Amino acid sequence: MSALPFHRRNDVRLAFRYLIALLLVVVFVFPVYWLFIISFKTPDEIFAFPPVWYPQSLQLANYKVLFKDGDAITVWNSLVLASVSTFFAMILGTIAAYSLVRFKTGGENLSVWIISQRMMPPVAIVFPLFLLYVYFGWVDSYHGLIILYTAFSLPYVIWMMRGYIEDIPLELEESALIDGCTRWEVLWKVVLPMARSGLFATAVFTFIFAWNDFLFALVLTRTEVTTYTVQVTHYFGGQSNFWAKIAAMSVLGTIPVFITVAIMQRFLVRGISMGAVKG
Amino acid sequence: MSDLRITGLHKHYGAFHAVKGIDLDVPSGEFTVLVGPSGCGKSTLLRCIAGLEETTSGTVEIGGKDVTYARPRDRDIAMVFQNYALYPYLNVKDNIAFGLRARKFADTEVEKRVKRAADMLGIGPLLARFPRELSGGQRQRVAIGRAIVRDAILYLFDEPLSNLDAQLRDDMRAEIKRLHRELGRTMVYVTHDQIEAMTLADRIVLLRDGVVEQLGAPLDLFERPNSRFVASFLGSPKMNFLAATLSAEGVTLADGTKLGLPGRKGLKAGDAVILGLRPQHIAMAGKTVSKGHERVPVTIELVQPTGSRMQATMPLGGASIVAELAAHDVSRPGEQTHIDIDMTRAVIIDPATDKVI
Repeated sequence: MSALPFHRRNDVRLAFRYLIALLLVVVFVFPVYWLFIISFKTPDEIFAFPPVWYPQSLQLANYKVLFKDGDAITVWNSLVLASVSTFFAMILGTIAAYSLVRFKTGGENLSVWIISQRMMPPVAIVFPLFLLYVYFGWVDSYHGLIILYTAFSLPYVIWMMRGYIEDIPLELEESALIDGCTRWEVLWKVVLPMARSGLFATAVFTFIFAWNDFLFALVLTRTEVTTYTVQVTHYFGGQSNFWAKIAAMSVLGTIPVFITVAIMQRFLVRGISMGAVKG
Repeated sequence: MSDLRITGLHKHYGAFHAVKGIDLDVPSGEFTVLVGPSGCGKSTLLRCIAGLEETTSGTVEIGGKDVTYARPRDRDIAMVFQNYALYPYLNVKDNIAFGLRARKFADTEVEKRVKRAADMLGIGPLLARFPRELSGGQRQRVAIGRAIVRDAILYLFDEPLSNLDAQLRDDMRAEIKRLHRELGRTMVYVTHDQIEAMTLADRIVLLRDGVVEQLGAPLDLFERPNSRFVASFLGSPKMNFLAATLSAEGVTLADGTKLGLPGRKGLKAGDAVILGLRPQHIAMAGKTVSKGHERVPVTIELVQPTGSRMQATMPLGGASIVAELAAHDVSRPGEQTHIDIDMTRAVIIDPATDKVI
């Protein structure tokens, strides 16, 4: 067999690469596709064999039942808990980080102690916390979980924001101080705009941590503020699994994160790399 | 009236004593330059004036008011920083307006002042741009604009030109000088560059190791330095220093060369001294030797043309000296010639104290 001409060989190589890329995409995307598609299937289609690769009609009964039974409220609960706790964690964490960086509050040790709080496995504190929350009457309440999520996110926010704030040239702040700003105004008018990318990146991750929390929500909620992560587990029954509900609920739980990340993507990429390399 | 008065100012950083008791009075409208080698405490002193550093002891008065413990914003000052300190997320106009808005000026007033400052600095067409879209020189203009847009008592400059290339630095230097004349404001300017200090200052404060080494008008310091340090710091090329011994007629160099010292009294023959000669006070031998000049034979070692002038290196009195000659005075190393030294402007230094006698 004679060798192929050079450009033909290149074409073959390119085709081969595309094939591999395609295979990888299928491997990674298929489970997501399957999740979405199940949520639109009828029970018959879900259990059909051979499997139904794409349903004949996109029927919304699985979603309707979630809203009718009030299960969908758990997504709203998750949204409230994650957003509000992220909001507070960002405010408190940024102020704390600024204090650590500019006033060397607590020396080197305080910031290490703060991040060390993150090393405690959540499961080690969840039951003592439960007892504490029972005592305070905070179990199954918004504020209970918001306080907990805020406290739990703080070390991460402080640690990340500390890095971003350290990268801000001191002269910018000094210039603002001379121009007539107070420290709080410097924080608002100089530090926040300068650390904007980092701020968004940190907020996204903080939000996702809270959004995905299962353990605390499982132990510390009952019926009032059940989160969607806990709700999904209710569909795993001893006798049968409600695959349609699991899929539909999972989709509902994915969408907010999806939207958040899509909106923030512009800031995310820059923010993640920003703290890493000093310009 | 003085706009700035510093009394007995000390600044410690832990064990490091950066500023060691400085007294300074800056009269209204004066352009004062703090100059010295790096680490001399000039920037620290400026930051103490601005309130960005706390003083360890001593007082700072601005506009007749004791501001030693006042916050920067309460000191009525404006400052230009070395790295411009422009806010990258604001356009030029908002950068200039930043200080006015922080002090709650009315919008119409802000507009008016920004426009006036921008026109003064020739950056009117750049108002809508962002700092990243500007050249270094333009950024520095904006930084200066941000300072002059306000009516401060005192304007501080912290090495504002050191990030610019040489050509631009010359332009901006002239610009700052012009601004000072137009505004008539009191300015304190920090630099390590002796040319900037000489050209800009009404008065130079030369600092060394946290103390004022000498203070005065630029030409005073240049012509009548009171120490070897001042003599060598100001002037380019640097002053030449030669070991010598005083004699009845003048000085004798290490190799026995005798030079007269006209008009000097109170010198004790036999004392070892250091003779300081500025390169500008050494010239090619003319037809006749002028009064107070000494003619010496030399062999040129090295020539460095600068265009209009020429720096020639040659051995003299057991050392190597530099003379600033006219551009075509010598053509090549190895040339044997004569030079005339203006001994009336020679500086005699006591080697024990490094002070000028």
